[in-house]
Amino acid sequence: MEKDYEKRNIEILDELKKDLDGVKTSNDLVLVKAKYLGKEGIVTLLSKKMKDIEPEKRGSIGKIINDIRTNVTTLIEEKDNYIKEELLKKKLNDEKIDITLPSKKLRRGSMHPFNRITEEIEDLFVSMGYDVLSGPELETDEYCFQRLNIPLGHPVRDTQDSFYVDVDHLLRTQTSSVQARCMEANVEKSPIRMICPGKTYRRDDDATHSHQFGQFEGLVIDKDVTLANLKGTLEVMAKTLLGEKTKVRFRPSFFPFTEPSVEVDVSCFKCGGKGCSLCKNTGWIELLGAGMVHPNVLRSNGYDPEKYKGFAFGTGIDRLAMMKYNIPDIRLMYTNDIRFLKQFDRKELK
Amino acid sequence: MKLSRKFLSDYVDISDIDIKKLADDMTSIGNEYASCGKFVNATGLIIGKVLSCEMHPDSDHLHLCKVDIGKETLDIVCGAPNVREGIKVIVAMDGAELPGGTIKKGKIRGYDSCGMICSIEELGIEHKFLKEEDIKGICELPSDAIVGEDPLKYLNLDDEVIDFELTSNRGDLLSILGMAYEVGALYNRKVNDIETKYDTMIDKSEKFNVSVKTKRCSLFLAKKAFDVKIKESPDFIKKRLMSSGIRPINNVVDISNYVMLETGQPLHFYDLDRLGNEIIVRDAKNDEELVTLDNIKRNLSSDDIVIANKEHAVGLAGVMGGLDTEVLNDTKNILIESAIFDSVSIRLTSKKILRSEASNRFEKGLDPNRTYLAMDRACYLLSKYADAKISNEITVFDESDKNDKVISISINDINGLLGLNIPDKEIISIFNRLGFTVKNNKDILEVTVPSRRIDISIKEDLIEEVARIYGIDKIEGVLPILDTKKGSLNKFIRGIRNKMVNLGLNETMSYTLIPNGETHKFTNDSFDEINLLDPMSDDHKSLRYSLLPSMMMIYDYNSKRNNKDLCIFEIGKNFKKVNDEYYESNSLAVLMTGNYMDGLYKEKVDFYHIKGVMEELLDYLGFNNRYSLVIDDIPQEFHPGSSASIILNGKKIGIIGKVHPNVSKDDIYLMEIYLDLIENLGVGKIEYKEYSKYPSISKDLAFIVNNDITNDDIIKEIKKAGGKYLSKIELFDLYKLDDNRKSLAYNLVFTDQNNTLTDEIVMPLFNKIINDVTSKLKCEIRDK
Repeated sequence: MEKDYEKRNIEILDELKKDLDGVKTSNDLVLVKAKYLGKEGIVTLLSKKMKDIEPEKRGSIGKIINDIRTNVTTLIEEKDNYIKEELLKKKLNDEKIDITLPSKKLRRGSMHPFNRITEEIEDLFVSMGYDVLSGPELETDEYCFQRLNIPLGHPVRDTQDSFYVDVDHLLRTQTSSVQARCMEANVEKSPIRMICPGKTYRRDDDATHSHQFGQFEGLVIDKDVTLANLKGTLEVMAKTLLGEKTKVRFRPSFFPFTEPSVEVDVSCFKCGGKGCSLCKNTGWIELLGAGMVHPNVLRSNGYDPEKYKGFAFGTGIDRLAMMKYNIPDIRLMYTNDIRFLKQFDRKELK
Repeated sequence: MKLSRKFLSDYVDISDIDIKKLADDMTSIGNEYASCGKFVNATGLIIGKVLSCEMHPDSDHLHLCKVDIGKETLDIVCGAPNVREGIKVIVAMDGAELPGGTIKKGKIRGYDSCGMICSIEELGIEHKFLKEEDIKGICELPSDAIVGEDPLKYLNLDDEVIDFELTSNRGDLLSILGMAYEVGALYNRKVNDIETKYDTMIDKSEKFNVSVKTKRCSLFLAKKAFDVKIKESPDFIKKRLMSSGIRPINNVVDISNYVMLETGQPLHFYDLDRLGNEIIVRDAKNDEELVTLDNIKRNLSSDDIVIANKEHAVGLAGVMGGLDTEVLNDTKNILIESAIFDSVSIRLTSKKILRSEASNRFEKGLDPNRTYLAMDRACYLLSKYADAKISNEITVFDESDKNDKVISISINDINGLLGLNIPDKEIISIFNRLGFTVKNNKDILEVTVPSRRIDISIKEDLIEEVARIYGIDKIEGVLPILDTKKGSLNKFIRGIRNKMVNLGLNETMSYTLIPNGETHKFTNDSFDEINLLDPMSDDHKSLRYSLLPSMMMIYDYNSKRNNKDLCIFEIGKNFKKVNDEYYESNSLAVLMTGNYMDGLYKEKVDFYHIKGVMEELLDYLGFNNRYSLVIDDIPQEFHPGSSASIILNGKKIGIIGKVHPNVSKDDIYLMEIYLDLIENLGVGKIEYKEYSKYPSISKDLAFIVNNDITNDDIIKEIKKAGGKYLSKIELFDLYKLDDNRKSLAYNLVFTDQNNTLTDEIVMPLFNKIINDVTSKLKCEIRDK
């Protein structure tokens, strides 16, 4: 009798294997499962027949039927897992994309090189305790010239040929006008440490001059500052903006608002001072004008030159930007070709 | 200022100093130069003698010459009409470098030519110095020229020149003497005296009368010189003038220029017989006319100073003489003028009328002692080189200050300002090198500065002199020791700029000055245009009132270059004039056109992009729920149906919209926000608010409305009906149903801070919303 059941076991499993071979989908499998394990299923019916078996054989027969159930269940589960895996595989395969298609770019903006360099300069000087100030672009002759020791008829007014809108008002030729304003505004006449970047205007237009350009001016007024302090400060600035190896050189010069006055050169950052086309083979590039604040300037803005000294420096922002970014013509800065602007769309973190 | 080495060598010994070194050393003490080198830039030249000269058989103008150059005889084919046997010539040998190129041996129509016989022009001398014969034919050297020697040396053309670009305070360096003192200080060398001794004649003529009727002349000297012989100048004078950039004319005119170059004092010589016996220095009359030496009629004003005789003006003081008293070849007697005129006045006149060598010197100021010196020097040269008989009389008007300046300064003043420790001795020696005398009184130095240094008047000027001669670059940089303090910076503009960049916009930088027809565009405001008195061009004539015209110009520029996709912004100043007061204020402008996204995901810019930029910015600045768009006050350059004023706290803070199709065919969107109006508005602090921990209920609904109902109209009604539990309203679908109607679908979210909401609470609200909206806006609900 057990042998019959053993035989039945093998038959059932064989039949099941055949049935499972035909199964393609989960639905097919449900049908197969019902055929064996459903209410009227083959294995279920076998179990139901147990009550007809004589008691002493129920143990061994029952074990065989149990084995059949276990085997059937296992085979069906295996098939079920197989089908699920196949489905997942298919799904993943179907979802495969071309990762080389273009991305959905978020627009990337850019800051104008003029303002990039301005912000860099501002950050540097703020870190050294300077205030960043601004002043009117449409200035009075008084603040632009007279308070800076440039009286009417002074020849320097020629080199700063200016745009007047009436007898007293002009577009400022230099940010130095903010010097005068800030000294005047300081009612306690206490020490000053400031820079003032901004737009300036002169009658000039060629590859290196634009009628509109940017300058920034630095001013330190304190009891005990020297020309050596000016050089130390400019060395920090040059190294920060143009590279750690940059050297600074002083040449005597003349500006009405400073005495002594110096022209400041920096070692060429392109060739490192060996000589190249940028520095016209001199190894040096003219960067800015500077000097010790002229006593007349201190006096005309309410500071006593016997008590206070100061140094001031000023340079072109466009020039710095052009040097830093290798821009050959200042007009590129103001024509705003989008192909120019877009090149300044990333950080230089290093 | 062109400095001739030969000229300078008269006054200071520089025989051991290379011209380049001199130029560089002068730069290191503050005198920059533009160029330096030989006056004639030619090599490989030698004096030759034409031994034979035959016509070239195959040419009607070429000659076959044999030229003796001392060590050998060269075959040279020469095309000059004046080449002939026996003359001495300048030969450029094989390999010679001339300004026109390198000379190479070769064959010319079959005959060897081993060099070139040169004209003066071919040596590269400036055209203004050339005579007709210098250009037409080869240079014929006098017979005393020695074959085999250097022709430039023979011709006195072997000079070297430094072209200085001097600072405007150093007028004293516009003279050979000034340069000699500077070089003397630089190398610690003695400056030679200038020769001024001459014989005078007893002048029995009527004394010359000078009357000065203007405040703008402080010194006027007039002296007569009789029986001058007008002829060519001696060679050395001609060559020095040429090296200095001045064209030789005749001995008398050349002497006035020569003395100006030497002393820095411009002189003027009048034909005394044409002038008469009187000079009046006065302000010109308005509309007074004067024909100057260059035969141009000049129209003068009372700003100018003239020299006049009894009848009329005979010279424009400090700038140029008049034509009718000019020294000509038949001139016999002359009047020498040496004077000082107000530098500012000369500067303004010369700027208006003409810049000359003379005006350039007057403008920078002159030393009155030089005025006397120049007079004597001119008399010396006139008697020596023009056989002049110099009058023993001189007419003098002198209100000038000729005293040397004395400035007290301490060693501490000097080292304290420079941050150096230069020893006393060295400082005193520097002053002495400069020709300053020093009285040492304990720590105080009393420095006497010669009158020629008109640029020096205060302590700081002396400190600069010490620094420059000591070597200003020897100063080592030291950071100042100052009180620690916080640096400050206005973050408002920066914050906006960063936001705009982060929104993907490219920053521009345009010109403040725009064409004057443009200022009133893109605005309805009334204001006075601010125009330059003297613009460089009509394109840059007026100060902009708004950034928008500039943005449109940037658009035009890019559009013409086929850059059609622009999302740009700029922050800059706007200007206006109201009741004669000027105002300037910061503004932000945005322009968007073309594709917002490109290529595969192409998306064209529309109004809602620029509106998004506006909202992002205003929300970022803390103004959310405080601003709105109002269709009002739309300038004619904007599309009336797609533009609005931006209102914040009831005030117009900007404009946004589409450019009117009459202005541009492209779809361009503009926005401008007046930053000064929002910079100081108060903004709430960021403060954490607890969010609801209970689940929300979300409902969708759609309305079919007439086209003239706006999204805002519907949202307002929904809000009113929804009450406090309605926490979010979002439009998620919009489509046109037919010509008159559209469908708008909203997602509504209901939330209670303290409880879980149920349908029993939400459904009545939801139904109220439906009822209110449909009844008030006369619309229907879709797919209820």
